[in-house]
Amino acid sequence: MARNAAKDRRRGAGAVYPHRVLPFAFMLPELAVVAVFFLWPSGQAVVESVRESNAFGLGSRFSGLANFRAALSGGYLQALEVTALFTIVTTVVSLALSLFIAVQVEQTGRFKSVYRTLFIWSYAVPGAVAGAIWLFLFEPRIGPAARLLGALGVNWNFALSGTQAFILISAMTIWQQTAYDFVFFSAGLQGIPLDVVEAATVDGAGAVRRFWRIVFPLLGPTTVFVVVMDVLAALFGSFAVIDVVSQGGPGGSTTTLVYALYRDGFQNGDVGLAGAETVLLFVIAGILLAVQFRVINRRVHYS
Amino acid sequence: MIETDIGWEMLLDPRTSGAVLSTARRRKRSHTRSRKRSSGGVARHFGLILLAALFALPIYLCVVVASHPAADLLRGVPLLPAGQLGSNFSTLTRGIPDTPKLTSMLENSAVMALGVTLLKLALSIPAAYAVSFFRFPGRLLMFGLIFVTLMMPIEVRFFPTYAVTANLGLLDTQAGLILPLVASATAVFLLRQYFRAFPSELADAARLDGVGPIRFLVSVVLPLARPTLAALAVLEFIYGWNQYLWPLLVASSLKRATVVMGVKGLIGAAQSFAVPQWDLVMVLALVALIPPVLVVVVMQRWFVRGLMSGIN
Amino acid sequence: MHMSKAHINRRKLTGAVASIGFLAAACGNSASTAKSAGSTTGSTSATTASAAQASSSGPIDLSVWTAFNGVLGTAFNHLVDEFNASQSTYHVTAAYKGSYSQVLSDTIAAFRAHAAPDITQIFDAGTATIMDASGTYVPVYKLMAQNNIPFSTSDFVGGAASYYETSSDQLDSLPFNSSTPVLFYNKTELANAGITSPPSTWTQLQADANILASHGQKCSLTSSGAYVMWTDMEQFAVWNGYPYASNDNGYTATKGVTLQIDTAPFISHLSMLGQMASKGQYIWNGVSTSTVPLFTNGTCAMYEQSSADLTTIQAGAKFPFGVSELPVVAGDSAAPQNTVVGGASLWVMSGAPSNTYPGDAKFLAFLKSASSQAFWASNTGYVPVTKAGATLLSSQNFYATHPNDQVAVSELDNKTPTPTTRGIRLGYLPEVRQVEASAIADILSGKQTAAAALATAQSKGDAILAQFASQYGG
Repeated sequence: MARNAAKDRRRGAGAVYPHRVLPFAFMLPELAVVAVFFLWPSGQAVVESVRESNAFGLGSRFSGLANFRAALSGGYLQALEVTALFTIVTTVVSLALSLFIAVQVEQTGRFKSVYRTLFIWSYAVPGAVAGAIWLFLFEPRIGPAARLLGALGVNWNFALSGTQAFILISAMTIWQQTAYDFVFFSAGLQGIPLDVVEAATVDGAGAVRRFWRIVFPLLGPTTVFVVVMDVLAALFGSFAVIDVVSQGGPGGSTTTLVYALYRDGFQNGDVGLAGAETVLLFVIAGILLAVQFRVINRRVHYS
Repeated sequence: MIETDIGWEMLLDPRTSGAVLSTARRRKRSHTRSRKRSSGGVARHFGLILLAALFALPIYLCVVVASHPAADLLRGVPLLPAGQLGSNFSTLTRGIPDTPKLTSMLENSAVMALGVTLLKLALSIPAAYAVSFFRFPGRLLMFGLIFVTLMMPIEVRFFPTYAVTANLGLLDTQAGLILPLVASATAVFLLRQYFRAFPSELADAARLDGVGPIRFLVSVVLPLARPTLAALAVLEFIYGWNQYLWPLLVASSLKRATVVMGVKGLIGAAQSFAVPQWDLVMVLALVALIPPVLVVVVMQRWFVRGLMSGIN
Repeated sequence: MHMSKAHINRRKLTGAVASIGFLAAACGNSASTAKSAGSTTGSTSATTASAAQASSSGPIDLSVWTAFNGVLGTAFNHLVDEFNASQSTYHVTAAYKGSYSQVLSDTIAAFRAHAAPDITQIFDAGTATIMDASGTYVPVYKLMAQNNIPFSTSDFVGGAASYYETSSDQLDSLPFNSSTPVLFYNKTELANAGITSPPSTWTQLQADANILASHGQKCSLTSSGAYVMWTDMEQFAVWNGYPYASNDNGYTATKGVTLQIDTAPFISHLSMLGQMASKGQYIWNGVSTSTVPLFTNGTCAMYEQSSADLTTIQAGAKFPFGVSELPVVAGDSAAPQNTVVGGASLWVMSGAPSNTYPGDAKFLAFLKSASSQAFWASNTGYVPVTKAGATLLSSQNFYATHPNDQVAVSELDNKTPTPTTRGIRLGYLPEVRQVEASAIADILSGKQTAAAALATAQSKGDAILAQFASQYGG
């Protein structure tokens, strides 16, 4: 890291070429696309968030903070709660599971690369497709998993039970997220001498404690990074799975912030409310990224 | 990671992934091949195989169902594949009423995935090159922009972006499907991390030899960056192929539907048959998941090497 | 109201299409019928291609968005083809846009993007949302007057007219596909249990459910998947004569309207369904799961569903089935009152080039004609919306030979609607239905009592109505 930093200072002090117009020309296409499809919409969201109109966009008028008040008094608060719980559950479980698998795979010697392949592929499955497959597996009447649960005495019907729907969506997300996290933990473990890993985990008594005291701290930066990625995935990446499996229901039990925005903006045509919800998402994303950069910078400097 | 490309690009950030990955080489040097078989070996293999099987179980059952006639599912859970995969597939290719044609869905997905990949590379290479190898007043603006776009994947800004895309008359067009996904500076950010770590002696020497900026980019920088570019291409391909929310909003006619959103459409159609046609849904699911999974599995080695070289 | 998902059984497709061709020919329509019905079996790209061709060589293109697919799509496309063949100035292209709510949200989005279709289909629950957004559409009664096409509210059958008319008794849209919920029953299962006639009251239905269960038929009833709040709340209200919302269910006001679903009749009906569900006698699996297969594959012996699904059920069921009127609440002297139409009406969007409007008028007049109405009703489970269409069907002895089609008509015409049974006219009703669906899920899964769930739904629904009033009232 020190080497990088030194190099960085040198580059920062004086870039190679002195041209002043050429770099603009290089950046122009990127800037144009970002301006049209990023800055313009973002500005429009802010404008819409303080206006009110009917669904067809007619009769638009200034409404102050009414949309924000509406957002914060309605189903949005429930969505906030659902999103928070969903984020915590999926992050904690994926993290633990992927770390466990990565540590075990690390000790398999020449089979390591085979195991790696076996555990990373599921992240590449499109979310909506994963949703379709799981929807069938847990389809209350004919799904194999649902039949198994029925045989075990569970009254399984995620179409009616909010708790079951939440568990199903979470399990599916964990299925994909574990694969993703595994890649990073696997890579992180490569940076720790195998002797340390083996000594800390293989031998019987106290192995678990030794793992937490010796190996886990060495994975610090990786863990921080993985947590951030899991949180982002839970916050913003879960739309496809939810839309295919539960459409946010039953009773809003799987309606996350992004899904609430889709429902209010597209299905219910409430543009002002959707504008306010978009601005609130901007704020949440902003806070998260600020925290992330702060934590990562600190952790990496110390490492 | 389901539908945002931030994650992988963060991996390429030396401040994070550097610490994660770079020590791998150190280990390769220091560690000997001595590897004693541990007492828990058999149990570990057994456990891991069980876990891997559990992870693969949904896909296995998907294959099984795809190879059975739909009526079998009403009777019980088939555990072994049957011989209907081919005929189910050809039913699908003949087309289900009111659902998009398979060939057109595959074509749309391919266009979208490749379009996102190529455009992102084409736009971000020169932009990243500009902020890395030039010194000009716009640099700060670019950094600001990069930071802001990093915060907001399409899932956060899809609502106003839809309105803008509509105003431009791009709904239900390929441009409308691709451009808003390209509008993020995450790839610039990643490439800039690579360029920043570029041996500055090389660049200085090139300049002293009178090599102009464009030739330097084309004949020195890009060839050296090939692994990083390849890794980026793989990430963007998967990102483009797996998109769901954006095409759902923008591809309003059957002829623009992608295969991933087609899966959802087919579920609706299949469920209203007297015998729900889950066999066909599973065939389409397989068709939709094979390309991205194959890309990751086949490119896995090369891909990780690309990521690691990008953070040197 | 039809379940707007693909209903067609792929093995039955050819048969269904052939029978439509046959029926159409039997109805005495033009000689081109069989040919055009045949052409609809071809891929939609054929239609698109011909549309593109037409645009270059003259005819003015008109686009229509609908939620018709499967059997319904085939029948609608048949009418479109017939219209296109009947004249050469205009060419209509019908596009299937998905579910009813998808058509509504797509129309809204397209209107905002200045890319609205010429004509769009808005379902019953979306009526107030578009009707109160004046400026987005050209009122059909005005359009017809401008084009000198005779058009009067009194041309339509009472139920259809009263549901869609404005406070000044005019029609802003063309009522088109109209249906009402009926009770389908599996004759074989009922006979096996020794039940000779379908239940006419809910008390009777519960008793029958126990008899069916003792004969091994565990599930005796299921309701519309996407629209259980339509069958078991809205239509339940009007059929038994209970108010659903204040201000005559919203017909006489926009501001200050509140729901009246947190009341004894709704609470006891839904707790009864909850009790049946806990014993497996009633099944409903959320708004996104179609319940058609539960009836057609014999899982449930009876089915509360839109009459529009008659053809779909005919195509899927391998057993003899009958259709009867919805059960009523036992001991309620006012019941049965009348059901109201569900389904959709066709709206002409504003902002299109002026040369398209005469074409819109002509096409709508064609759909309204007695022969189109008779074709449509006889090939689907919908009722004719015009008096002329109904008369033509009767003169063809259609109902005498098709008793199953008769039930919906008798329910609608059972008694003259009272102010509270004329219909439901609430803004953002689709959102209110989402709230009700949540409540029903909670009741059926045993998470909440009917009283508690409906109290929550009532207050959430009222907040939605207030939001509508503030956005449209000013």
